[in-house]
Amino acid sequence: MSLATSRSSANRVIPGFGLSLGFTIFYLALIVLIPLSAIFLKTFTMSWDAFWNAVTSERVMASYRLSFGAALIGAAINVVFGGIVAWVLVRYQFPGKRFVDALVDLPFALPTAVAGITLTALYSSNGWIGQYLEPLGIKVAFTPLGVVVALTFIGLPFVVRTVQPVLEDAERELEEAAASLGASPWQTFTRVILPGIVPALLTGFALAFARATGEYGSVVFIAGNMPMVSEITPLFIITKLEQYDYTGATAIAVVMLIASFILLLAINLLQAWTRKRAGKQA
Amino acid sequence: MSAVLENIKPADAVAAQAPRKATNTLEPGWVRYALIAVALLFLTLFLFVPLVAVFYEALKHGWTTYKEAIVEPDALSAIKLTLIAAGISVPLNLVFGVAAAWAIAKFDFRGKSLLLTLIDLPFSVSPVISGLIYVLLFGSQGWFGPWLMDHDIKILFAVPGIVLATVFITFPFVARELIPLMQAQGSEEEEAALVLGASGWATFRRVTLPNIKWGLLYGVILCNARAMGEFGAVSVVSGHIRGETNTMPLQVEILYNEYNFTAAFAIASLLALLALVTLAVKSFIEWRLHQHRKVNLQMQVKNATEH
Repeated sequence: MSLATSRSSANRVIPGFGLSLGFTIFYLALIVLIPLSAIFLKTFTMSWDAFWNAVTSERVMASYRLSFGAALIGAAINVVFGGIVAWVLVRYQFPGKRFVDALVDLPFALPTAVAGITLTALYSSNGWIGQYLEPLGIKVAFTPLGVVVALTFIGLPFVVRTVQPVLEDAERELEEAAASLGASPWQTFTRVILPGIVPALLTGFALAFARATGEYGSVVFIAGNMPMVSEITPLFIITKLEQYDYTGATAIAVVMLIASFILLLAINLLQAWTRKRAGKQA
Repeated sequence: MSAVLENIKPADAVAAQAPRKATNTLEPGWVRYALIAVALLFLTLFLFVPLVAVFYEALKHGWTTYKEAIVEPDALSAIKLTLIAAGISVPLNLVFGVAAAWAIAKFDFRGKSLLLTLIDLPFSVSPVISGLIYVLLFGSQGWFGPWLMDHDIKILFAVPGIVLATVFITFPFVARELIPLMQAQGSEEEEAALVLGASGWATFRRVTLPNIKWGLLYGVILCNARAMGEFGAVSVVSGHIRGETNTMPLQVEILYNEYNFTAAFAIASLLALLALVTLAVKSFIEWRLHQHRKVNLQMQVKNATEH
């Protein structure tokens, strides 16, 4: 109760509420909300049939399948390996750990175009990695597999960075208790550790997936960009723009925006769940 | 790989000496080594090798070729434009970030969580769509297009469009770092300063700013890295005019598509260097914040034992 009263008196003491909130809302509207509404208003100028045809054409459907499918696979790879990386970084000591930990954020910091050309160079048939895959009959550059590689790179930090703090806060006493009660390490992992980190793993998965669906820079170089085969949805939007088909581009953009809003909502719910889990454990 | 495993042993021996660390690992030793090996292999393949490859490809034909690619006029103008775009968008979003964090962390009002979600919006919008927005607003068929043409103002396919797209893309960075930090710090210190007669501005400068400076710097370097590296959004609004509307990432694309790989990787290596500096500063700030927290915790413990 005393906390509540000190809070409300704080509101009276601290100045600048009107100014800071006013500026925040003004700038938000000017930079984000008004420009973003242009996309929706533009779609309203289309008839429903025209809109439906634009967003369900055969070529765009193929691009959705690739964008969402490759993003899904990339995010799934990151759940497995990102989970292992987070575990190793929290639980084990090894030389160069600080360096490895810092390097995990590289995909956040490295411009996507740089990532794109580098991955293409590595995975093309005479590249450092590609030359060993080619004899095995695996082609990565300029195929849908290349899209998966790029989207795995882009999403790598998300799972690691969401699982890491949860593992750091996890109570090891529970694991020790399970072990001393006769649980095998595998049982301890599946029954004690895994349930604790599942919300964080899912949040990381959703974040990596959301980022990957809209990704452009790192993908365009490695994808090969063949219509129906290796053309991602963001690239198709650009193709439409280059043909001056602004309404067609906008219609597809609306579909992608709605998909990302749904993902944003799912991520918020997942994060609330993660916090609740953490609160209950503490 | 065996060299890596051997190197692990001394650190592990140290860990075994500390009783708390020793209980960490209930799993057998081989599982531990296998997991470390898998993690390092994955990170090597996906992060370390690409990072090395950028610099290798850039310097493959020697230092002179590298230097020539960078001092080339188009490359220099791309570097200049990138600096301009970041130089405008980072300060703008810095001011916004501080204002938003002040409003959200220091006051209670309705619709706060909606405001937080809206601030995060640019993160969930595909870069290509962020660029498309400005085409719809300022393009020749757009809302303001005809008016702009009548007044002979160029926004799209010119520098203002690039700056606007960059501002949009980097909009949440500073706010996102500052809001949780200022919420955690509360407002007792500011209240004390104000009650003692400091003005609002002096309170902000002398009390709030020193408390948030590391978080602020953290947000600024992340914002800057994204501003300088943005590709998709800028690509849509730039128009790709050489020497005029090309930023560094766009210059990389053009050179690459012309099969001028060495020059493309030379510019790319500058951007990779920027990423490395960003990561180094970021790690340093995280370390500082960690030390700061440790000192605070020790002080709390000391206070608690004294009372």
